[in-house]
Amino acid sequence: MGDHKPTGISRWLFTTNHKDIGTMYLVFSFIMFLIGGAMAMVIRAELFQPGLQFVEPNFFNQMTTLHGLIMVFGAVMPATVGLANWLIPMMIGAPDMALPRMNNWSFWILPAAFILLLSSLFMEGGAPNFGWTFYAPLSTTYGPPSTDFFIFGVHLMGISSIMGAINVIVTVFNMRAPGMTLMKMPLFVWTWLITAFLLVMVMPVLAGAVTMMLTDRHFGTSFFDAAGGGDPVMFQHIFWFFGHPEVYIMILPAFGIASAIIPTFARKKLFGYSSMVYATASIAFLSFIVWAHHMFTVGMPVKGELFFMIATMLIAVPTGVKVFNWVATMWQGSITYETPMLYAIAFVILFTIGGFSGVMLALTPVDWQYHDTYFVVAHFHYVLFPGAIFGTMAAVYYWMPKWTGRMYDEKLAKVHFWLSIVFVNLTFFPMHFSGLAGMQRRVPDYNIMFSDFNMWSSIGAFGLGLTQFLFLWILVKTCMLKKGEKATDQVWEGAEGLEFNQLPSPAPYHSFSTPPKVD
Amino acid sequence: MSLFRKVALAVAALAVLVLTGCSEQAYNMREGVTEISKEVYELHMIAIWVCVVIGVLTFGAMFYSMFAHRKSKNPIPAKFSHSTTVEIIWTVIPFIILIALAVPAVSLLIKMEDSSDSDMTVMVKGWQWKWEYKYIDGDNDPSNDVSFFSNLDEQSLKTRDNSGKNFSGTPIDYENYLLEVDNPLVIPVGQKVRFLVTAEDVIHSFWVPDFSVKKDAIPGFVNEVWTKVDEPGIYRGVCAELCGKDHGFMPIVVHVLEQAEYDAWMASKVEEAKSGPDLNERTMAQLMTEGEAAYNKYCAACHMPNGQGNGPFPSLVGSPIIEGDIEKHIDVVVNGVSGTAMQPFGQQLTEAEIAAIVTYERNAWGNDKGDKAQPQDVYDFKNAGKEE
Repeated sequence: MGDHKPTGISRWLFTTNHKDIGTMYLVFSFIMFLIGGAMAMVIRAELFQPGLQFVEPNFFNQMTTLHGLIMVFGAVMPATVGLANWLIPMMIGAPDMALPRMNNWSFWILPAAFILLLSSLFMEGGAPNFGWTFYAPLSTTYGPPSTDFFIFGVHLMGISSIMGAINVIVTVFNMRAPGMTLMKMPLFVWTWLITAFLLVMVMPVLAGAVTMMLTDRHFGTSFFDAAGGGDPVMFQHIFWFFGHPEVYIMILPAFGIASAIIPTFARKKLFGYSSMVYATASIAFLSFIVWAHHMFTVGMPVKGELFFMIATMLIAVPTGVKVFNWVATMWQGSITYETPMLYAIAFVILFTIGGFSGVMLALTPVDWQYHDTYFVVAHFHYVLFPGAIFGTMAAVYYWMPKWTGRMYDEKLAKVHFWLSIVFVNLTFFPMHFSGLAGMQRRVPDYNIMFSDFNMWSSIGAFGLGLTQFLFLWILVKTCMLKKGEKATDQVWEGAEGLEFNQLPSPAPYHSFSTPPKVD
Repeated sequence: MSLFRKVALAVAALAVLVLTGCSEQAYNMREGVTEISKEVYELHMIAIWVCVVIGVLTFGAMFYSMFAHRKSKNPIPAKFSHSTTVEIIWTVIPFIILIALAVPAVSLLIKMEDSSDSDMTVMVKGWQWKWEYKYIDGDNDPSNDVSFFSNLDEQSLKTRDNSGKNFSGTPIDYENYLLEVDNPLVIPVGQKVRFLVTAEDVIHSFWVPDFSVKKDAIPGFVNEVWTKVDEPGIYRGVCAELCGKDHGFMPIVVHVLEQAEYDAWMASKVEEAKSGPDLNERTMAQLMTEGEAAYNKYCAACHMPNGQGNGPFPSLVGSPIIEGDIEKHIDVVVNGVSGTAMQPFGQQLTEAEIAAIVTYERNAWGNDKGDKAQPQDVYDFKNAGKEE
């Protein structure tokens, strides 16, 4: 009642409403997910069997580069920002985000950034082809002309992320309802608050790295060129000082999602709430002192390698605490298996498998054998796809009834889940084997001895890609065709939290115009 | 038979099928042929089993709970939500496991990084997309230096060529596809060999899995790594760091020989180095034939077999270099173009090869300059200024 908003396109262009902006983030991220996924299909088609069948090596490199950039900056990060926009005000009892105009801007920068990046595909010399890690000098002296579009694109994405993060921090610190103390906040709010701090700390570092690239390319500096007194390895230090916290930027919100969903369907309070908060904070802190574990082969002094190895292994401790807490939450609960719970459980198990390979990779002497092989590809896809992306899917199924007021099609959603989990493992598990057997990353062609595992991976990838159209159909059916039974206000029997206990379904346009009472 | 059992049987059957189907395929890290690589393999296996045991316990508890604590079996959930004791237990136990893993890792790493007291030194230099090996013998006489380039072998080149022109065979028929080179690195068995690893253009990575050696080759910096191989044989590796278009096509092959065989090989290489370049004059037809072969081997990867270029790599058909002075053309091939991917070929190709390539480029694909370069011209160009 009393929702003043323009209609048509201007509603979306000018909106300052956290729900509209959250929706736009989520839609944008899904489009990017499909584009980045299509590129993965090109990669897997080429790798289906040995020999060069479909694309040239140079175009193959453009595909791996853009696939990585789009999935990281276009799919996973905007998805979690979209969830933050939708959920944080509802969870802390606020009417909206604290800085609504900045919120609008931080979203609308993104399409511009990705148009810049994707337009490079059509330029002479092709799109960036140096991997999403864009190591100098391959990306500076040897980069294609379109690299400058990539640089400006990354600048824009960084600005967008920083503004989004500032908004979350200001909202959480200033907009909580009376009685909502920090240690009462839902874990999703906690993990996002910590994510936001990581973002404001490392995105400027990334901006610095690409700016140095720009001046190296055009203004005669030699930050990363040994011939002019610079150091190509310094690029990697700067990049990974951003890059490692970035990994947690992508996964911490999913931790928060699992911590919301598992208690609901186990009908039991989250086990060890405060230890979950401290574990998240420890992971975030450690993420700043482990970056060089991505660089064990660059020729660091042995003392440096030892420090980064041991610091990296330490991350397993707080991560383990989180996993054990989730298991303890399920223990002696009264569990049902709706789709969000299935995704949350798959998240815990498969993310942990990615964590195991992470511990193996931390061991420097063995890392020399794993580094830059498909073993690494398997590792980070396990933490990203069944980690961050399954987490996002779980969140969408879990909160969609609250957002739209309608239940999604449970039967189809379960089919989506089972197909996804079969294909995600078929795609990424064989990569452990091909990597251990000696297949290096980022190659369009390989020896016959790797052919079986690559074929399995490709079949899995095609299945995984196709399955996501089912997800699209489920979303369209619920959100646009408005089919599905009406959701109750509490939605799920065991659901806790302000958004379920104090707001109707669908949640009103302005979440809490008067702050709720929190005891 | 219940549905559950049917599904379980189907999964088991599929697993057996997959595993037998893959039995020919390598699926684990190689144990390798050095003391270090065997220790690395052991540590890898320990780490895997630690992960498997933790995984079985954690996931076991989870699956038990999923089964035993489902709503239909356990309608009333328990109330507990905190226990400092168990939090401490599951913080301390992983900590102890990690220390147990770190101790062998630390001592192994220190051993791997100790390249002192080596018996010989080889400089390894990564180029887009080949390796250069230089044996550093310690004397100051450059005339007997042994150094050579190592390119992807011809059969792999032909097999991967999807333009159809030189296509022969398929990857499936060729056991060493993409893992064979024209000039392998040769080292003696039982000697501690130190590699000084660097690069000419972008970052590469020198990886030989059987030695457990992987070190980045970084332009402007020199990294050290060593190995001591126990068994003679042929060992294959690859460039592990993305280095541009043909990153997947610059393998490393190491022949490890008995000391006597190695000495004989080295003597023949020194002899070769001393004999000086072949500067015999060639006819146009000879230059064109040799030129086509050399062009396809060294130039076609970027400029394409038809000279049309590709993306950032310029076409050579009617280009200013072709149309211009032949001396300038030789200059570009010998010295490269700084700031671009055109590398200096003066060191890696013989005078005869450069002369043939220049002649071929000026007279192929519709180019009809009609002039030719002789090996002597290239030799004179390279040594101009040195004589005085």
